[in-house]
Amino acid sequence: MNRYPLWKYLLIIVTVVVAVLYTLPNLFGENPAVQISSARATVKVDAALQDRVVDIATKAGFAPDAVLTDENSVKLRFKDTDTQLKVKDAIQAALGDDYSVALNLVPQTPAWLVRLGGKPMALGLDLRGGVHFLLEVDMDAAVSKSLDKTAGEVRRQLRDKSIRYGKIDRQRDSVVVQLRDAQTVDDAANALRKGFPNLAVTPTKDANNYSVALTFTPASLAQLKSDAVKQNVTTLHNRVNELGVAEPVIQQQGEGRIVVELPGVQDTAKAKDILGRTATLEVRLVDDDQSHLQAALGGNVPDDTVLMSDRGRNGQSAPILVRKEVELTGDNINDAQPAFDEQGQPAVSITLDSSGASIFRQLTHDNVNKRMAMILVEKGKGEVVTAPVIRSEIGGGRVQISGAMTQEQARDTALLLRAGSLAAPMNIVEERTVGPSLGKENIQRGFESTMYGFLAIAVFMMIYYRVFGVSSAIALIANLMFLLALLSMLGVTLTLPGIAAIALTLGMAIDSNVLINERVREELRNGMSPHMSIQNGYAHAFATILDSNVTTLIAGLALLIFGSGAVRGFAWVHCIGIVTSMYSAVFVSRGLINLIYGYRRRLSSLAV
Amino acid sequence: MEFFHVKRDIPFMSYGKITTAISLVTFLLAVFFLVHKGLNLGVEFTGGTVVELQYSQSVDLNQVRTKVDALKYGDAQVQALGTTRDVMVRLPNIKGKTSAQLSNDVLDTLKLDRPDVQIRKVEFIGPSVGDELVSHGLTAITLVCLGIIAYLSIRFEWRFAISAIIANMHDVIIILGFFAFFQWEFTLTVLAAVLAVLGYSVNESVVVFDRIRENFRKPNMRGRDVPQIIDNAITATMSRTIITHGSTEVMVLSMLIFGGPALHGFATALTIGILFGIYSSVLVASPLLLMFGVTRENMIKPVKVKQEAVV
Repeated sequence: MNRYPLWKYLLIIVTVVVAVLYTLPNLFGENPAVQISSARATVKVDAALQDRVVDIATKAGFAPDAVLTDENSVKLRFKDTDTQLKVKDAIQAALGDDYSVALNLVPQTPAWLVRLGGKPMALGLDLRGGVHFLLEVDMDAAVSKSLDKTAGEVRRQLRDKSIRYGKIDRQRDSVVVQLRDAQTVDDAANALRKGFPNLAVTPTKDANNYSVALTFTPASLAQLKSDAVKQNVTTLHNRVNELGVAEPVIQQQGEGRIVVELPGVQDTAKAKDILGRTATLEVRLVDDDQSHLQAALGGNVPDDTVLMSDRGRNGQSAPILVRKEVELTGDNINDAQPAFDEQGQPAVSITLDSSGASIFRQLTHDNVNKRMAMILVEKGKGEVVTAPVIRSEIGGGRVQISGAMTQEQARDTALLLRAGSLAAPMNIVEERTVGPSLGKENIQRGFESTMYGFLAIAVFMMIYYRVFGVSSAIALIANLMFLLALLSMLGVTLTLPGIAAIALTLGMAIDSNVLINERVREELRNGMSPHMSIQNGYAHAFATILDSNVTTLIAGLALLIFGSGAVRGFAWVHCIGIVTSMYSAVFVSRGLINLIYGYRRRLSSLAV
Repeated sequence: MEFFHVKRDIPFMSYGKITTAISLVTFLLAVFFLVHKGLNLGVEFTGGTVVELQYSQSVDLNQVRTKVDALKYGDAQVQALGTTRDVMVRLPNIKGKTSAQLSNDVLDTLKLDRPDVQIRKVEFIGPSVGDELVSHGLTAITLVCLGIIAYLSIRFEWRFAISAIIANMHDVIIILGFFAFFQWEFTLTVLAAVLAVLGYSVNESVVVFDRIRENFRKPNMRGRDVPQIIDNAITATMSRTIITHGSTEVMVLSMLIFGGPALHGFATALTIGILFGIYSSVLVASPLLLMFGVTRENMIKPVKVKQEAVV
């Protein structure tokens, strides 16, 4: 009686060892690091860059302690912040504007732990300082913009099919096309159904009202909204890169909200300025007069032109003189996709909206045999992507830019053109700035309050319940480790309410142990033998523990579902803590008690 | 060592009338203060800007208040945050002014007077977010209640479920009543604490209910009537009740003492929740159970549950 089979002991040992391993990364602290990430979508972070920055740092006299490369950035780890600052300056100077160089903290987790997947918990902004924005996407504007585009496309579609139409009216939530008679209504409806499979097409055939109305179906409306949010998230990512922020968080929250968290940033005004900025495409004409170009290179740029560089396939750039006047902007772009041109060269295929299409038709009509430049404007600076010669008038709103680019550049350019502008305007609905010193203090306070509370409880348990109390205290420590390990493994972001939840969970977790210990005492009082008391004590307490924990878990889950921000952080810890406390109180502490008492033949009393 | 070993059952149920009367009074008082004074809702709910400042030396609050009032930003509040060096300034939303501008204005004005001031934290919440929080909070509370009722109805019986939930709401309303009476700030973390109390307090009731259920099934309890069975259950679980709540309260007190202003509201709400949680599970939920007319037959019927209890 009261002996666990070997596998149960092994299971306890394995879980405890795993818990220790995954709790460990939290103890190593962090080292200063320099993070280098791409500031433009056309510039990639790769192995070559890694070699280059290590080289720069080494040449400056500071070899990094470790180099970490991931998809978007290279991080160099250093011993102290002094070195970090010097290296940052050196790298920034050497790399120029194509990369953003930021100061960062990198966990000091040993390599073997990292290989096992060990990582410390991420800290929330309230614990490390920084700016938090909650942005709301203006959905009405997104829908309205999309309806405007639809109206233009309807016009083009009907013209292509040679269907005569009257007024095309863009109403509040629909586009209405006036038509002449029943026959054209049918033709138009058929054509539009084919052209706009996502929209609901409703024909009306009254004696004095022949028309077709296009409206968004609920499904396409939901799609439109989710696309708008996704595009805005991508755009924000591109923009935040410019700030050189280490580990920014940009996430969709709920249906139409986006959370932006910039750790370490204190200057909210600058952050807001950059979040609101647009990267876009401009089409301008090229001044091909060689004498003008020579003059410009000599420092004498003609008034109505600007000297820019034309990025070649090998990253070499040639000077090019473009006119100041912007013919077309990225606002008129509906879509951009990577493609191949007739020669099989990588290209970007762009679809313009109706007004863009007609401007472009006019532009190409008027300037046959001249060159036009496609300029990508990022960070307030333009870069010529390609400058093709116009062979003939281009109608239909489909444009291909093919110049010198690799397949990857084509993909990135397409992404940038799509993501360059926001799908819908956004408003800041929430903004928080937490000073870095406050963050440190919060960690300290949270840690201290948990520690003192924990110590007080553990000491009390050991005095009050003796051996059973010691087993409870050990189970409680195990519980703390299970909890921390699970939180680290799941990558839950720790916030101040999260720390509060850890403390509260520990306080509540002792309940299961108290229930068990009290039950064992009671059984003894009722005259049971010590072995029977252990057996019955655990068995009887279990029903209570299960019921009380499940009800608590119900509350925790509701918090998790409906909470956001602070409440959610609290709920995560609370829910996980309930599960781990049941495991440790029922299983781990029983294992200990079994080990202590289970192998004694003659047991006359229990130390409880 | 044993502190709370009571030999004879304490006749809690015979005090039932008095205790329910007392709790009814506290409950009504809480409701009165909630209606009359209302909650001092934090910036997360109302929208607005909160600036937390720290001086390197202690500062005269009135001086700060005069300075901030001179900016004429509507109904501004200036409060001390625990120490005489930490100050919190709360401003309502102003059209055409961003929070960055607001906080900078405040900082600039105060700097003229005392250059040793620095910003620790700025929070701006738009007006639309708050309404959503309120509706989400209410949904969460409703869902928790429904979930608990459903679970307890399955594991016990509907009478237990209803008694537990009434006792639970009693605790929540009383916490809110305290916050209304003292006009403590009701923030998002306090809401989290209130919701945690929902789980915590029902936990307490369940432990007592569990004993009641067990007692009904015990052969040697056959001769006792229902109030005696409940008295026995409460007495038997009393020492556990005190120790568990004591431990949790030690943790919460530790938060209250060492946790700083950020955890203050959270710990306060939990403290009240724990105190009333004990009281309500013993002296509200159980008399209610009696009032709803629980009988031995209610608990004995389902054969399946009986088997579980024997295991």
